[in-house]
Amino acid sequence: MIPLEYYLILSAFMFVTGVAGVLTRRNAIVVFMSIELMLNSANLTFVAYSSFFGDVIGQLFVFFVMAVAAAEVAIGLAIIIAIFRNKVTINIDEINILKW
Amino acid sequence: MTEYIYLAVLFPLIGFLINGLFGRLIKNEKIVGGIGAGMVGLAFLVVVFSFFETLGLPADQRSRIIKWFTWIKAGGIDAAFSYQVDQLSLTMSLIVTGVGFIIHVYSIGYMHGDKGFWRFFAYMNLFIVAMMNLVLADNFVLLFLGWEGVGLCSYLLIGFYYDRKFEKGTVADASKKAFVVNRIGDFGFLVAMFFVFYYFKSLNFSEVLPLVAGSGIEPWIFEAIAIFLFIGATGKSAQIPLFVWLPDAMAGPTPVSALIHAATMVTAGVYLVARTSVIFAMAPTAMMVVAIIGLFTALFAATIGLVQNDIKKVLAYSTVSQLGYMFLALGMGAFSAGIFHVMTHAFFKALLFLGAGSVIHGMHEEQDIRNYGGLKKYMPKTYLTFAIAAVAISGIPPLSGFFSKDEILWMAYANGGLFFWIIGAITALMTAFYMFRLLSLTFEGKERFDHHRVHPHESPNIMVIPLIVLAVLSVIGGFIGLPKVFVGEHGNLFEVWLAPIFKDATRKLSTGNIHSHLEEYLLMATSVVGAVASIMLARHIYLRKPEIATSISESFKGVYKTLLNKYFVDEFYQKVIITPLVKLSDSVLFKFTDAKIIDGAVNGTAKVIDFASGYARKFQTGVTQFYAVIMMIAITGTLFWIILSF
Repeated sequence: MIPLEYYLILSAFMFVTGVAGVLTRRNAIVVFMSIELMLNSANLTFVAYSSFFGDVIGQLFVFFVMAVAAAEVAIGLAIIIAIFRNKVTINIDEINILKW
Repeated sequence: MTEYIYLAVLFPLIGFLINGLFGRLIKNEKIVGGIGAGMVGLAFLVVVFSFFETLGLPADQRSRIIKWFTWIKAGGIDAAFSYQVDQLSLTMSLIVTGVGFIIHVYSIGYMHGDKGFWRFFAYMNLFIVAMMNLVLADNFVLLFLGWEGVGLCSYLLIGFYYDRKFEKGTVADASKKAFVVNRIGDFGFLVAMFFVFYYFKSLNFSEVLPLVAGSGIEPWIFEAIAIFLFIGATGKSAQIPLFVWLPDAMAGPTPVSALIHAATMVTAGVYLVARTSVIFAMAPTAMMVVAIIGLFTALFAATIGLVQNDIKKVLAYSTVSQLGYMFLALGMGAFSAGIFHVMTHAFFKALLFLGAGSVIHGMHEEQDIRNYGGLKKYMPKTYLTFAIAAVAISGIPPLSGFFSKDEILWMAYANGGLFFWIIGAITALMTAFYMFRLLSLTFEGKERFDHHRVHPHESPNIMVIPLIVLAVLSVIGGFIGLPKVFVGEHGNLFEVWLAPIFKDATRKLSTGNIHSHLEEYLLMATSVVGAVASIMLARHIYLRKPEIATSISESFKGVYKTLLNKYFVDEFYQKVIITPLVKLSDSVLFKFTDAKIIDGAVNGTAKVIDFASGYARKFQTGVTQFYAVIMMIAITGTLFWIILSF
């Protein structure tokens, strides 16, 4: 039996990786993938605690997160395509016209 | 019928709503005028029935309160649409609806063809509504509603020909002046109301007035209440120092001058003082102020009336003068004599104005009496009725004006002394003089108008019949108030009828002075002989020797100029009050308070926000990852704070 801490440490590592990706990468697709990574780290935590406390609600919640993530990906990719058609780039540094 | 007295308010209100909302669509003058006059006629019938019903009751049961509906109920104030039906309010209601009805009928002819025909009748009906509320109200608040309502209607009707010129300005200026001057008076009325509420915890007449005599409140309070009420009355009833609006009110259509500015609204001040007579009875100084202001207004306005050349201006100053008489009577404690003069004055002054309207109508809007002359040939009926009114106002027995004026003069002598009688009598002589000057210059003598341009003609029957009705009233109206010296203590029906209303006040004021009948006969004879003499003088000067008038005005040029320019009161007010006020408003209120303080506060706030946001908005960089960093830092910080606070 693998102790709970291992899962949590892995999850934390995944989350920080995701945050670093969101903050540092320029390519919108990569930023997107990093966000998915953060979502999945959260899922992992849910599942780990669910098993630890013997409560299925945590696992149930993961399905909701996955469904929402799928929907979010569909919309997000559509936005990225729309932006690419207009600006011929998906570098988010260059997409900065919504400002003061 | 008395229980349904509110119908007398409701009918004109319906007329106002129909004509005001749909009059423009109806167009047909017969229908609009018929509704306007008919509704007032119905109100008159209601009042007449109530009057006869009340007359059938014993004297001590004639005062009744008819509640219609609750209006304002807050804290100690319970102001309802509730009507005090008693001898005084019925008398006033009869005048308002009766004379009002006659004038409405006349207006159908006078206003014929005017593009604002429907508007005129809507305003006139609204006026009747407000005036009925004023005279029937059983509390100060409802009275004030009527008071403001008649002021509003007066404003609307003076400004009826809003697009025309009037004297140095426009008609709109005249209506504005009337409104503003009235507001100054209303301020006094309001302060008086606050006093009453503070000391009596009620504003209902039936709760306040019976308590006054035995209340034990300090006398100066009553003096203050009375003075402030009187300030309100001077505004509405055109007394010194607030009379200046009434002559300018002649800018309105002539029936308006007859109804509002002669017969009814301007007597509201007299009514107010009479209604609160018991408060005035507790305030001897205020009574003296009322009497003296009344006396001097009467004299002052009469002297101006002597030289005016506009037919309506003469009548306007005459109205101011006669109102002064009424206040003289009130100030002398002769309340029923004052109300009696309100009634007779309503008859003959409305008749004079309607007669003047008929002349103006026949002369194509010409109002200068120097351009009249010899009109009796062209308008015999107008001439006859106008002459009756002139004789009545001059105080020639047995017409109505004689009885009411003589009663006032006698009371002035009996309660005030010889000084009051002499000034009053001089005013009466002047009244006779300027009325017959007016009559002679208008209807008799040489024809001074341009025959090619003007074709004088008698007015249609719908205008002449009201004149005849009012002429009959002017002749016989005085007989209900015959002097006691003729008919004994209970022979003066009018005074006996009103006595219960004023019994508290008269008990308080009774001086116990006994005067012999001989004195009264003597004074009466003197004033009648004087009036006849000044009538003859006026006819002699203006019909046979017009050069006398010219030479007098030449040799007393200064006096003549002063009178012609109304003692320069308007100019004085302009210089001493209005110009400094305008300057003060311009330099302090506008350029400093408004422009600097108020605008400064608003603009300053905007500037501070603009300055701060100049920096704050730099945070919105448009770089998504910058936002993400901030979010990250904030979330991490919050988490640390939560964890550490455990």
